[in-house]
Amino acid sequence: MTDLATLPTTRDEDWRYADAAALEASDADTLTGWTEITVPAGESVAESRDVTGVERIRVRIGKGGRFELSAVNAAPGYARLECEVTLEDGAHFEFGGVTIGGGSETREFVTRCIHAEPNATSNQVVRAVHWGKAIGNFLGRIEVVRDAQKTDAGQNFRAILLEKGAAANTKPELEIFADDVKCAHGAAIGALDQMAGFYMAARGIPPEIARKLQVQAFIADAFENIEDEAVGERLLERALSVLEGAQL
Amino acid sequence: MLKIENLHAEVDGKKILNGLTLEVGAGEVHAIMGPNGAGKSTLAYTLGGRPGYEITEGSVTFDGEDLLDMEPHERAAAGLFLGFQYPVEIPGVSNVQFLREAANAQRKHRGEPELTGGEFLKLAKEKAALLRMDMDMLKRPVNVGFSGGEKKRNEMVQMGILDPKFAILDETDSGLDIDALRIVGDGINSIMRDAGKGVLLITHYQRLLDYVKPDKVHILAKGRIVKTGGPELALELEREGYEEVV
Ligand SMILES: Nc1ncnc2c1ncn2[C@@H]1O[C@H](COP(=O)(O)OP(=O)(O)OP(=O)(O)O)[C@@H](O)[C@H]1O
Ligand SMILES: [Mg+2]
Repeated sequence: MTDLATLPTTRDEDWRYADAAALEASDADTLTGWTEITVPAGESVAESRDVTGVERIRVRIGKGGRFELSAVNAAPGYARLECEVTLEDGAHFEFGGVTIGGGSETREFVTRCIHAEPNATSNQVVRAVHWGKAIGNFLGRIEVVRDAQKTDAGQNFRAILLEKGAAANTKPELEIFADDVKCAHGAAIGALDQMAGFYMAARGIPPEIARKLQVQAFIADAFENIEDEAVGERLLERALSVLEGAQL
Repeated sequence: MLKIENLHAEVDGKKILNGLTLEVGAGEVHAIMGPNGAGKSTLAYTLGGRPGYEITEGSVTFDGEDLLDMEPHERAAAGLFLGFQYPVEIPGVSNVQFLREAANAQRKHRGEPELTGGEFLKLAKEKAALLRMDMDMLKRPVNVGFSGGEKKRNEMVQMGILDPKFAILDETDSGLDIDALRIVGDGINSIMRDAGKGVLLITHYQRLLDYVKPDKVHILAKGRIVKTGGPELALELEREGYEEVV
């Protein structure tokens, strides 16, 4: 079998917003391989990523366990973090992600959250900030199997585009086969609040600092539920460092 | 100190200021009154440099410098303060963080040393106390969830901390309860009554002027000053209304 035969393309659902040229240039092992993680029942595992290239994580969370993934995707080329999570009874999955950057790069998060047993909860918060011709994507699929009653799954995506030409895509997909289920998802794409920018300027804050304060407040949502505050802060700083070098 | 000459300005292609001329000297307080939609807030925004407020004619000098040539944040650093009729909410940014950034950005711009965290907090506490505002409110996000009156009081705490040379206060009295009005009036006097400072008070009511006594009162209608007088003009307006006086 050649590499080409197994390479995903943008015709595949989960790769629909990916950078086609970057996919063609990648090798199949990276694009189709998985990092496997098992969270034993009742235990808690946290992972954090400064995304570069393509990584796929497959997680199984045992009964009453917790898996937390936090990530900044500010890579200088096509970059994607994919996470497939299967939750057992009473387990929790927490995801906080930020895509940020300019250029003409595509940066994305793709999650598939399988509520395989009752009483499991999941919460995903993704923020995207882009300029230039950059693209930020969040594809989040939630599957609730039959009998996975009392599932509570939340997903929230918001994007701010600092320049015309940048873009953001999101596609929540819900496949729900149980009836006693709470699934909340929200998505919004907009620009920075100009009136807030003028208010800050009227107090003497120059535009680049005003922008930084606004972006910081915006993306901080993504790491609000990350248990280790130091991790959240480090990711926040990493994300903001990209903004600092931006030519806007 | 602030000299506005023949100012014409438009917003979204609509002419709103039509040849407005006004001069406020150092040590003076001037009041601007006028019917709804006359262009009072537009004047404030234009002086503050709000994007989209286009000046088509006229000039404004501030302490001899061309104000219209400066960026909005440079105007603030030069000592201009704009008290907003509708203070803006900034979710996720605390008052303390916002004001410390503002105070230090202004200082940096003027080549002065920045305030340390301790120095800033001391100053903030002092000004919050002057306006009888709870320090806890300063830790909350800027204006988010503040009542109308609290927002106005917060504007004055900000003015106290930033210590401007010239303040344009757009209906700072609207929305204040009777006690708050006195506190804010006293606050304005204590922060701004100084031989080297000036104030332009935009208001609809005589009551604030009982506390902050104006040297002159102007009536703004249809985008220009149509009448100027002493403090008695505000009383006359209160008795007889714009239709009679203008
Ligand atoms: N973006 C805009 N496009 C068109 N007209 C506008 C715009 N902004 C303001 N105006 C108009 O300009 C006029 C002046 O408005 P402004 O807010 O300056 O009035 P004001 O004197 O402050 O009134 P008030 O006492 O009610 O606060 C109003 O008729 C208003 O509708
Ligand atoms: Mg107004």
